[in-house]
Amino acid sequence: MKMMMNDIDTPALSAAAAHQEIPLAPPETPMHLLLRRYFKSRIGTFAAVLLVVLVIAAIAAPLIAPQDPYDLATVSIMEAEHAPGTSSSDNKITYLLGTDGAGRDMLSAILYGLRISLGIGVTSALVALVIGTCIGLISAYFGGKVDALLMRIVDVQLSVPTILVALVLLAVLGQGVDKTLMALVLVQWAIFARNVRGSALVERSKEYIEAAVGQGLPARRIMFRHVLPNCMAPLIVTTTNQMANAITLEATMSFLGIGLPQTKPSLGLLISNGFDYMLSNQYWISVFPGIALVLLVVSVSLVGDQLRIVLNPKLDA
Amino acid sequence: MFEMLVKRALQSVLVIFVMSILAFVGINLVGNPIHLLVAPDASLEEIQRASHALGLDLPMYQQYLRFVANAFHGDMGNSFVFNRPAIGLIFERMPATFELALMALLLSAMIGIPFGMWSGLRPGSRVHKFAMGFSILGVTIPVFWLGLILILVFSVNLGWLPSGGRGPTTSLLGIDVSFLSWEGIKFMLLPAFTLALHNVALVMRMTEAGTREVAVQEYVKFARAKGVGSARLMFRHIAPNVMIPIVTVMGIEFGHLIAFSLITETIFAWPGMGKLIIDSVLQLDRPVVVAYLMVVLLLYVMINFAVDMLYLILDPRLRTKSA
Repeated sequence: MKMMMNDIDTPALSAAAAHQEIPLAPPETPMHLLLRRYFKSRIGTFAAVLLVVLVIAAIAAPLIAPQDPYDLATVSIMEAEHAPGTSSSDNKITYLLGTDGAGRDMLSAILYGLRISLGIGVTSALVALVIGTCIGLISAYFGGKVDALLMRIVDVQLSVPTILVALVLLAVLGQGVDKTLMALVLVQWAIFARNVRGSALVERSKEYIEAAVGQGLPARRIMFRHVLPNCMAPLIVTTTNQMANAITLEATMSFLGIGLPQTKPSLGLLISNGFDYMLSNQYWISVFPGIALVLLVVSVSLVGDQLRIVLNPKLDA
Repeated sequence: MFEMLVKRALQSVLVIFVMSILAFVGINLVGNPIHLLVAPDASLEEIQRASHALGLDLPMYQQYLRFVANAFHGDMGNSFVFNRPAIGLIFERMPATFELALMALLLSAMIGIPFGMWSGLRPGSRVHKFAMGFSILGVTIPVFWLGLILILVFSVNLGWLPSGGRGPTTSLLGIDVSFLSWEGIKFMLLPAFTLALHNVALVMRMTEAGTREVAVQEYVKFARAKGVGSARLMFRHIAPNVMIPIVTVMGIEFGHLIAFSLITETIFAWPGMGKLIIDSVLQLDRPVVVAYLMVVLLLYVMINFAVDMLYLILDPRLRTKSA
């Protein structure tokens, strides 16, 4: 990794960097270089800032939301379907984004929904990452029949459209947070497994692995301490992209009524709840959660795109 | 080449086999279906008699074999809700879904290819920037939300197009189709565009990349030097070489469109098999769910297989690689 990073550090760049820095400053670390290369792109910077803002908003939702949209004491049906910008009847809060059919402040509902959507998307991608990575590494390391068997399973999994896999699972198991998570993990693990296997096979044939095997190190140590660190670059990119996909798929399933239950109102469910009101032109109940969802998904995928460029020096032409 | 053909065929069969087991387990292991079929106050003896009549007392593997044997005869069980053969319900709604998917495919070719070629020939131009921005958005915007926005803009606010349903149909060779009348097309435009968006972005990107690659090759330079007009150059010299991968991708995408049409159909209340399946999932109508899955998967796998074979025929370089 370090070697790779130094290779692409062109003389012009390091000269410029050295010129600006105070003499005797420590040499630039790979992490620094990576960040500098990342923030060179305006779109990448914009997406990263947007994503950070959204993540903070999601985490801090209970602190910054004007009301707790699921506390029945604070939500009143009398406040239902207010247009954006109207004040509540007791003048305590202004409904910046309006209220929904149950009288909830949309801004608060969106902040809480962001929390759920982000939580489910990130969790499912990370679980799939762990499972897929283990299977990919085992497949590449042991090869032969193990590899053939695992990769056939991956092929089968990947040749079925994701929406159908999710549909079967939810049709069989029913709704719920745990079942939605399971469905999302199930449609993602194979992508990670194939990805890791690909990079691990390349590393497997290199001499340092041969040396590690020759030293008699246990297989587990070689796989996780020697092979895996060198497969990280593509894995980070895949993980980011999969998070975007998982968020979209969860929203889609929840919108169709086969994802999360009404007690866990993610952005997809909020959009679905507002669908009926939209036909009478009360657009805000559906449109604002949708904008939040699009911002979230677009920022995650743009960060992924930029990471792909930064982590793969060959693409930075 | 033969080896590759067999390998791909075997893989297709494997996919269907695995999915049929999953589907079977889905209907039979999660809750004994007999409780859904007999009256709630049935006695134990009646339940046993009914189980025996339906073969539900046989060992699992025998039940699975029966399920497969029946499936080969086109019998996927009766719908709990409609009390009619599930497979018939699917086939009834298939033309609507096919029409929508074909229209979406057509739209993606009509929008994606011209924009893609133009931006490939003029990198850095405004069209190129627009096309690239559009393709990023097209891939990331959630399909269902786009559908809602289109309804909001074109149906609710402008009132130009209907917000859902299929509208009037015309009979063509015994199949009801929408595209023969302007009224019918109006009902189809929004759902078809919603369904097509991902594909438009994909085709645009692929055409752009392909055109950029082909446009700088020697034979194009030579043709230009020879004095070939720009229109002829584009359509006779560049386009054919750009089109091969795009045609195959569009083939594969047709399978995708059929699977993903369930989202679009639900939003626009389009009476195809996708809408049927969502309703059936919500009503726990398992035979219909299973029949739908098997039919769509079979279609999907067959289309993929056909496209792979087509690719082998179109691109001679792949034939030698299989060895």
